[in-house]
Amino acid sequence: MITKRIIPCLDVKNGRVVKGVNFEGLSDVSSPIELAKYYSECGADELVFYDITASAEGRELFTDILTETARKVFIPLTVGGGINTLDDFDRVLKCGADKVSVNSGAIRNPSLVYEAAKRYGNQCVVISCDVKRVDGAFKVFAKGGRENTGMDALQWIKQCVDMGAGEVVLNSIDTDGVKKGFDLEMLDAVCKIVNVPVIASGGAGCINDFIALFKTLPKVDAGLAASIFHFGEVKISDLKSEMAAHGIPTRKD
Amino acid sequence: MIAIIDYGVGNLFSLKSSFEEIGVETVITADTDVIKSADKILLPGVGAFGDAAKKLKESGLDKVIVAEAKGGKPLLGICLGMQLLFERGFEYGTHEGLGLIKGEIHPISTVIPSELKIPHIGWNALNIKGEKSPIFKYINNGDCVYFVHSFYAKTADENIIATAEYGAQLTAAAGSGNVYGCQFHPEKSGKVGLNILKAFSEV
Repeated sequence: MITKRIIPCLDVKNGRVVKGVNFEGLSDVSSPIELAKYYSECGADELVFYDITASAEGRELFTDILTETARKVFIPLTVGGGINTLDDFDRVLKCGADKVSVNSGAIRNPSLVYEAAKRYGNQCVVISCDVKRVDGAFKVFAKGGRENTGMDALQWIKQCVDMGAGEVVLNSIDTDGVKKGFDLEMLDAVCKIVNVPVIASGGAGCINDFIALFKTLPKVDAGLAASIFHFGEVKISDLKSEMAAHGIPTRKD
Repeated sequence: MIAIIDYGVGNLFSLKSSFEEIGVETVITADTDVIKSADKILLPGVGAFGDAAKKLKESGLDKVIVAEAKGGKPLLGICLGMQLLFERGFEYGTHEGLGLIKGEIHPISTVIPSELKIPHIGWNALNIKGEKSPIFKYINNGDCVYFVHSFYAKTADENIIATAEYGAQLTAAAGSGNVYGCQFHPEKSGKVGLNILKAFSEV
């Protein structure tokens, strides 16, 4: 049986891992390579590296860090942030990424999803979506959650999957940073309309939030979080033992 | 020295790095002489069966690989590289494989319940079959490895050295004499995967 994945996300800026609360007020955490190795040894099932650098120098530094990580860490690696063209896909895949996550780049140019899936395969293309409730409807937000695109999130996600996205990362802006649990209502709505893996993001504060996620929504494939792992509030090894104790299929290392 | 076959299919960086991690020397090559002088051969691959089979044939590498394997040199195919070891594949038409293991490559949709997601992607447990294959000597039954695939090898039980349960028992690894294949990605399967590569380097 396929196991439920636990995925730490590393936001990388100028060569360091950072994590914002509700996308604001970033604070420095640690070295990406060291953290990636540590997580891999603790039983993380996959890693997401998110490049939040704006400058060209920062981008080059990110690529170097990615290469060094892929040389030392032997679990699947997803890369996102600043992916706007097929050349961006090429750049990070050559450094050892297995999957590439697109967000704003796909909003600006939806055919990117189709073109990338055609060239690299659906399994390589992850659509990452920042979603927030506006007057009771799920809306897609761009620019790191700052700008309401006005697009309906469910329609957009469905469209991306139809164009070839092989996986969906759903990040709820409403629950992100709040640490009161994943956005089960929003996740349920997405699980009902797609038949590709759905990764829950935003809101995990403790081990029980992951248990509630996988118990309530068996169709969710993975849980993603950042700061609770980075600050040691949740230890991945403890989390996985608890998941196994609750009968949730889990990889033992 | 292990020759990692370079025929323009997929990224070989992680594979090379994982052998570096366990201290095994490799060379990424498309050179017939290098392949002939190597102790072992590794056939990687991602993408579609037909394209990859065509690239192997056009480069003439298919003949070298088959000759070396038939001469007794250990060969490991990974993911699509494993599928190519079989007689034929049915991905976008019918295509001939290397025919080193008897069997065919079929869509997993033909054997799993329709509500399951395709591709079969993620970590799944290995059910080791029969007498434990030498490539599994450092791992245990039930260890998890990382899969990404939509097709599987349909072959006689005697060629299956491990399965993974995904609505059906899918071929996870195959073996026939000195020829081995992993449907999953050992280079992305953490310590378990590195231990499989280490065991292969020692067969």
